[in-house]
Parts: sequence; C-alpha cells; structure tokens
Amino acid sequence: MGVFQQPVREGNTMQKLPDNKGHFGIFGGRYAAETLMPALIELEAAYRQAHKDKRFQKEFAAYLREYAGRETPLFYARRLTEKLGGAKIYLKREDLNHTGSHKINNTLGQALLARRMGKKRLIAETGAGQHGVATATVAALFGMECRIFMGEEDIRRQAPNVFRMKILGAEVVPVSSGTATLKDAMNEAMRQWVSRVRDTYYVIGTTAGPHPYPVMVRNFQSVIGRETKKQIRKMEGRLPDMLIACIGGGSNAMGIFYPFRNDRNVVLIGVEAAGRGITTGEHAASISSGRVGVLHGNKTYLLQDKNGQIHDAYSIAAGLDYPGVGPEHGYLHDTGRARYVAVKDSEAVDAFMALSRCEGIIPALESAHAVAYAMKIAPALDKKKIIIINLSGRGDKDAEVIVKRGEGK
Amino acid sequence: MKRIEETFRALKVKKEKALIVYLTAGDPTLLKTEELILGLDRAGVDIVEVGVPFSDPTADGPIIQAAAKRSLDGGANLPDIIRMIKRIRRVSEIPIVLFGYYNPIFIYGNEQFARKAKEAGVDGILVVDLPPEESAELRRYTDKAGIDYISLIAPTSGGKRIGEIAGKASGFLYYISITGVTGTATPQAENVRTAVERIRKLTTLPVVVGFGISTPRQAAEIAPHADGVVIGSAFVRMIAEAGNAKDLVPGICRYAADIKRALKRRQTHGNG
Repeated sequence: MGVFQQPVREGNTMQKLPDNKGHFGIFGGRYAAETLMPALIELEAAYRQAHKDKRFQKEFAAYLREYAGRETPLFYARRLTEKLGGAKIYLKREDLNHTGSHKINNTLGQALLARRMGKKRLIAETGAGQHGVATATVAALFGMECRIFMGEEDIRRQAPNVFRMKILGAEVVPVSSGTATLKDAMNEAMRQWVSRVRDTYYVIGTTAGPHPYPVMVRNFQSVIGRETKKQIRKMEGRLPDMLIACIGGGSNAMGIFYPFRNDRNVVLIGVEAAGRGITTGEHAASISSGRVGVLHGNKTYLLQDKNGQIHDAYSIAAGLDYPGVGPEHGYLHDTGRARYVAVKDSEAVDAFMALSRCEGIIPALESAHAVAYAMKIAPALDKKKIIIINLSGRGDKDAEVIVKRGEGK
Repeated sequence: MKRIEETFRALKVKKEKALIVYLTAGDPTLLKTEELILGLDRAGVDIVEVGVPFSDPTADGPIIQAAAKRSLDGGANLPDIIRMIKRIRRVSEIPIVLFGYYNPIFIYGNEQFARKAKEAGVDGILVVDLPPEESAELRRYTDKAGIDYISLIAPTSGGKRIGEIAGKASGFLYYISITGVTGTATPQAENVRTAVERIRKLTTLPVVVGFGISTPRQAAEIAPHADGVVIGSAFVRMIAEAGNAKDLVPGICRYAADIKRALKRRQTHGNG
C-alpha cells in the first residue's frame, strides 16, 4: 500500500483514503471538463511514480531544507500562555519559511513534479498572494515561465505580494469576474489551463480541486505535522492535546493534521472565517454553514444558494476568502475526527495584535484566526494541556489592512 | 422513437448535417428564450442546447460567462428552465438538450431532476464537469428516465479514453474542436476531420463538432467532416448586443436560417 492510500481506522473497518478515484467518502473526486481529464490522469500517474521514487523524495527534502529553510521551529509562546492563564500554547512557525508561509512546501513539490513531467510553464491562482509568491518563487528557482491569476479586489488589498510576484518575474493577471477574489481567480486559472493544457502545469495551492490535487497537496504539506510530532515529543515528551489551524481551502490544516490522524487523543480543530458574523451572510465558513455540492473539480462543502449557485465568500483574510473547503476536511468533519469552528474578522484582528505585542510575532490574518480560537479556549483549559497552533504565515502583507482599521497605533 | 435519434436518422436520409444552436436560458429573459427556441425551430435548426446558467462556468469563454451572469441576475434557475421547456413542448417537437454544470442539478436532486426533465420533454443532457468517472450518480436516474447522456470528447482525449466515453454515451457525441473554452478560437477543418475519423472508428453514434464555430462559412467548412455543428457564442453575442430589442428574435432566426442554408449548399456541392 502506498502513502497515496492511507489506512484510516473507522470504527472496525479500514478504509483506503482517498479511493483510487480520489474520493474521501462522498467527498472529492474528479469533476472536470473532458479537455482536462487526460491531463489529470497524466498528472496522477506522474505523481504516483514520483511519490515512490526515492530520488524525488530526497531532492524534495533537500529543497525543503536548503531552500525553504526547514525544519521550522516549534516555539513555546510563554507570554501568551501566561497572559491567558490556561493551556500551554506552542506555535509551529511556518511563517519562518522562505517566502513567509507554508505555501512553499507545496509549490516546491509541484514544481519538481512539473519539471519531471517536462512542463516549462506554471500557472496558479492566489488569494492573499502567498501561494502566488510561492509559485513565482519556484518558477524563478527552476527557470520556468509563470502566470498568476489574482482577483482585482485581492490585488488591491494585498499589494505587497503583487510587487513580490512581479519582482520574481511572474505575470500577474487581474481577474474581475464575481467578487474578484480567490474563487474567481481559480475559475480563470482553470480556463487558462484548458487552453494551454499541453505545455502548462497548474499549481493548485490548496487541498482542493480535482483528484489528485487534494491528496498531492496534503502529502507535500504533511511535512508540517511530521516535524511537529517529533518536536513536541522532544520538548514535552508527549503528543499535544489539541492542534488548531485556520481553514480556507485547508492546506496548512491538512499538513499539520494528517500525521496525527490516527492519534485519537489529539483533538484537531479547523478554524473557518466567520467574516462579519455567520448570521450576516458575509463570511467564508463553508463547513459551518454550507452544504455539499460540486465546484472546481471536487465534491465538498460549499457556500451556495438554494439553486446551487455559488455564493461569494467574504473574509478580512484574503487567503480564507473562498466559498469551499478541501474534500478531506469535509470527510474529517462528517466522521467527527476533526472539529470545525468559525472566528470573526474582529476576533482575528484582536489576535493579530495580541500575538504581535505579546510574542513579537506578526501573524498573517489567516493564521490569526487560529490564534483567536486558541485565545478563546485556552483560559478554560488545565495548565497541563498542550495546544499547538499552526502559524501558517507571517503578517507583513496585512499591515496596511490593520492600520486602516485604526489598529496598531 | 426518441427525438434526437429520429432527427439524426432523418438528416441522414436527406444527406444533411445537423445545425445545433446553443442559447443560455434566461438571457435576456426566460420568456425571450422560449420565443427564440420556437423561432429557431421554424428557422430549421435541428437541435437546441439550452444552457443552464451557473455562477462559475469554468469551461466557458467571456461571451457565455457574461450570458450566465445576465441570466442569473435576472433570476433564472433550473426549475423555471424546466417549466419553460414544458411550455415549449406543447407546440414544438424540436429536440432539446440541457447543457450546463453539475452543481445546479445535484442541488435540485438527481432523482427529481431526471423525473421533472423527462416529464417536461428534455431529450438529452450534457454536463460539462461530469466526466464518465463521476457520471454514475446522475445516470442511474437519467438513463432510467430515457434521457440521453451526451458526452464530450476533447482534442486531448486519447484513443482508449474515446472508446470508453463512446461506449457509455447515448444520443450523440460532442467533439470539442479547440483546446480551450467556448468561443475563444477557430478550429482547423483538417484537424477536425482527422479527429472525427478517429472517433468514428470507435462508435456508430452521430458526432457533432462545437466550441469554436461562429459563422456560416466555418459551419460549412467543418460540417462535411461530421454529422453536425454546434454554434453557441455567436448567437449569444448577438443576443447580448440586441438585448431585449424587438428585432432580436427575427435577427437570430435569420442568422440560423443562413447557417442552415450554407450547410445545405455545401452538402449539395459536396455531393456534386
């Protein structure tokens, strides 16, 4: 059995996840236009081979180490812990990766795969710009052409990342359809891929999209959880009680959750963006308030109306501003293995400020959602309990949004 | 006898090629779509593809994307579109294929969709993002209802895959003549000929060609190599330009009749 299909204990039955067509229970699959199907089948075959190839894995590990700067530290947030007066809080410092977020783990893996497949052109969608920057970075590193699709609204609110992508040599294509955010960027990237499928590799940035993307991105990102496991054992002599990660599409969360999936005593918590509040309708909490449907190549929880039209999502954090979620999260939710909660803009901003002032770490607004939930529950937990927050990215890109809100004075 | 099958059989006898026209339902309004379909029937169009608008049409180019947005902004939805088809069926026998994306059907409910669509007189469905690998969950209802499952074949589909798709398809096969989204490039007749020949070795179903054909001339060039052509974006663009103007329906019907004539002329020449 390859790592492709991991046994998951479910009651008394062992299930292979995903199945050979990319299904996680009822979720996932490959709902794609015929023009893309052969490319997806080719990609799956190439990925299966690469995954088993020791040379590929060795090279990937070397780039993670020497280029991305792994392993990233696990840091005990002493002052935050003392301030909250409850459970011990650790931070997995994915913000310290090269390019400033966990996204580089996946783009390095996929670019190596693209190179192996003989593709010389990368395209990607981006919301906050972190995945766009990480893709532009590996394109420069491997001498590939690069085109990034980004919603106009996101281009406006994440300007520093747009500059970075351009400096790195990528072409940034503004997308104006819909609400001009991540969903629309992904639509346009898929259209572009259909049109240039023979020479182009589409680097999806999250654990969503048609099979094999969800499983592939999860596997590339699971280095986060493997390191975390080793580090916490060394520091505390045991596994944590709880892992907390923010969820847009869900790649940083899958990355840290996955190696812990069979450690039943570790509670897994995914934090969605509640935006201005779930009841206002302006949010991005697909699991908390969406229903199952099909978008962007997979079946999963989606924000949509009664006729199956997809709603525009909203969050202050551009990287969470997506009306869907990776299919494996849908599965973890339905089986009860992971718990999903939602945190509002205002709570995320408070957490952003608190972590900055308390620990000298400015988190990405996305990651601040995970911090916010930890701050909510830690005070009520016993001091012996251990919480690990996946600090998926750094917040330099969000400084302007924060200042404009009148914070940070 | 099923309408689609009967249509291709009759065309074959007449040695004619099918003209299939795509419209986005609800653009500019459902009432207008109804009028347009009846007009197209009178103009000699053989089959209509009724586009069900979706918020995220990832296989469509800018023209049909904009039509879907206009239609949704006007409040169109799948149940209303099915009701419109039911009204059309009182007066017309033109074969109707519902064309769209899976989510609106899935949310309506696959079983209910199959029943209502059949009752209304829908002959076939073409679901762009539901490849053979995933189609069983819908086809267990639509096949039973006797609704044809029209399948797409792309320039990127290999021989083995074409065989698999053709083996499961019904009604007709739709060859995507360009590697791209709808209405964004022009197919080369020679490439289409080679591709259709390859498909014909694997199936006896009619093969039609679409995604990039917009003028009578292009239609006449491509049609001899297949059993029919699909024209969408060209009509949708005319609708966008005319809006709800009075001459919309006559204008569209004239254009359709022009194309049908061009197809017949080419056929005559081809045989002579």
